[in-house]
Amino acid sequence: MEQAYTISIFSENSVGLLNRITSILTRRNLNIDSINSSESETSGIYRFTIVVATTEAQIKKLVLQIEKQVEVMKAVYHTDGDTVFQEIALYKISTQSIAEGNLVEKLIRDNNARILSVEQDFMIIEKTGHKEETQELLEFLKPYGVLEFVRSGRVSVTKPMGELEGI
Amino acid sequence: MYLQATLTPPVKETIRTSGADAVLRSFIAEEVDLIFGYPGGAIMPVYDALYHYQDQVRHVLTRHEQGAIHAAQGYARVTGKVGVVMATSGPGATNLITGIADAMIDSTPLVCITGQVGSHLLGTDAFQEIDIISISMPATKWNFQVTKAEQLPEALSRAFYIARSGRPGPVLIDITKDAQFEMFDFAYRKCKQIRSYTPVPTLNLSQVEEAADLINSAKKPLVVFGQGVILGNAEKEFRQMIEKAGLPAASTLLGLSALTSDHPLYVGMLGMHGNYAPNVLTNECDVLIAIGMRFDDRVTGDLSRYAKQAKVVHFDIDPAEINKNVEADVAVLGDCKESLQALISLVYERSHQGWLEEFEALKGIEQAKVIEQDLRPTSGPISMGEVIHQVNLQTEGNAVLVTDVGQHQMVASRYTQFKQSKSNITSGGLGTMGFCLPAALGAKLGAPEREVIAVIGDGGFQMTIQELGAIFQTKAAVKIIILNNSFLGMVRQWQQLFFDKRYSSTEMENPDFVTIAHGYGIKGKSISEREDLKTAVMEMLSHNGSYLLEVHVGKEDNVFPMVPTGASVSDIRLE
Repeated sequence: MEQAYTISIFSENSVGLLNRITSILTRRNLNIDSINSSESETSGIYRFTIVVATTEAQIKKLVLQIEKQVEVMKAVYHTDGDTVFQEIALYKISTQSIAEGNLVEKLIRDNNARILSVEQDFMIIEKTGHKEETQELLEFLKPYGVLEFVRSGRVSVTKPMGELEGI
Repeated sequence: MYLQATLTPPVKETIRTSGADAVLRSFIAEEVDLIFGYPGGAIMPVYDALYHYQDQVRHVLTRHEQGAIHAAQGYARVTGKVGVVMATSGPGATNLITGIADAMIDSTPLVCITGQVGSHLLGTDAFQEIDIISISMPATKWNFQVTKAEQLPEALSRAFYIARSGRPGPVLIDITKDAQFEMFDFAYRKCKQIRSYTPVPTLNLSQVEEAADLINSAKKPLVVFGQGVILGNAEKEFRQMIEKAGLPAASTLLGLSALTSDHPLYVGMLGMHGNYAPNVLTNECDVLIAIGMRFDDRVTGDLSRYAKQAKVVHFDIDPAEINKNVEADVAVLGDCKESLQALISLVYERSHQGWLEEFEALKGIEQAKVIEQDLRPTSGPISMGEVIHQVNLQTEGNAVLVTDVGQHQMVASRYTQFKQSKSNITSGGLGTMGFCLPAALGAKLGAPEREVIAVIGDGGFQMTIQELGAIFQTKAAVKIIILNNSFLGMVRQWQQLFFDKRYSSTEMENPDFVTIAHGYGIKGKSISEREDLKTAVMEMLSHNGSYLLEVHVGKEDNVFPMVPTGASVSDIRLE
């Protein structure tokens, strides 16, 4: 059965490593739902967070192939239940359309969103949460005219203790 | 450099030199004395440096970059050392790709050096610019682009270390032309360890004990071994282990020669055109012990009907191979020399006589139905099998056999008698036609004291026929046997069996190969009569220098036994 898996990869910071990792997915005809890269808690060690929908049999083999890469120290996979994860979304909307009524207040209270910037023509709203939550706000805002929308890749930390020791 | 490594103290004192000179000094520090390649614009500074080191590093000029890399593969496979190949940017680099992919899937240690346009031209579509780093990425164990001379020694020391350690594989270092010219302070430090890379997993003795328990309790054990035994230099330990435990052992295509072919426990080759007994009995054994092999689909046939009745023990150095195709009940990760050493003391002395007799019985069936006609036909055209049989008789199993891909490869692999390890060089995983001729050149240069015999089909021969030029120039005494059936024989066989004999684009009108050989100064002969075979092989082997023997074999002969695609190994057909 296919489901979303979060792959966490700890690696050196090298030119082309992303290419090397994604080609492991491409070769198996797997699409990437989301991808993020940043330095980890250890200086000099980078962490990729990749979300793919696939089967457990496939994901097990996939992380071994990723871990096999010379620059990769460790690769692990988790289901959503074993991680705490977030995404961030930014919404650019017309100031005029949203300033009518109590919309702004409702928006912030109900959605746990915040306003990052207010310009004469537009304002930028930020919301963090799971994809469904940021999507819900997008749907809410659509009737008012969304000028731009962007959602980040997932960032995730794992719940099990100890499995990432020794990296 | 981003790849954190532990290095040895400098091999020699620091010296001010160019990047190109540093490449050669690095080769010498890694004890490289033979390389293969083809020059061109973006690699010219390195070739200029090479000119000054001719007495220490021999360069073999092939006639195509693909020839160079296959030659480096042949050299690596026969010596166990890292093969080195150089090419220029653009088409020079892309011509290496087939060989890189071949070395990757067959775990052959290679260091490939490619020239690249100057760093200021990267990304400008400059003359002969191609992003070889991206192109080679999925087919290399590691690759790196050098844009500054100071990166060279660290890149090369890591390259050699990565290529040869753990499960070997190809590494590519791409060097921009300005980095080749740049002057810098050079000192070479060999790489001993890389932070992010674990080439050999630590052996877990409790896994070996679990493996031993299964082996000791087995009534019908079967060992299936691959090239891992050869790559791990574990031939002796392997033999001692199977002898003590009395285990019948079958080889994969690349495992051939790890165990002598006449060993009483050797039960033949596995796979699609392997021997009858090991294929059939794979589905009857109670414990299947896989050692340094990866359950390729050509070995397993239909996985859902492969050894389902057996407990599976899998020894491998690569954790990604465990449970990849076949689920292991016990996995022993590590270097197989070490794990087999540990296993020897834990297995009981056994003989499994009754079980071995089952192999003998099935071997008898194959002998009567297939082998006899293959090796000793009395009428009709010459068979591929009898040519190999004649070579066996005259070389007494001491030759290095290099094969291409197709019918001749399967026949040669089935019938060649091997007496020592590293004697079987073929393109297994990738199935690269055109591999044989250049690989045989590399093998001969790597093992000049040994008889190297290239057995090639008429199709594959013409894929890299230009390397007759490199054989001519190096005077390497490669013996070439063309088994000519005027067809792309294996494809034709499939067309006959599975496509109602529609021979679509498989028949070949061939040139006079002997005349071509003469043009390259290579002596040759063509035969088509059985009575001439023995003398012709004798003449070829006794000739001092390279020799081409063309044998016209049956045009529409088939290779049997055969496990049809999608069938189970035990459904192997004898006719």
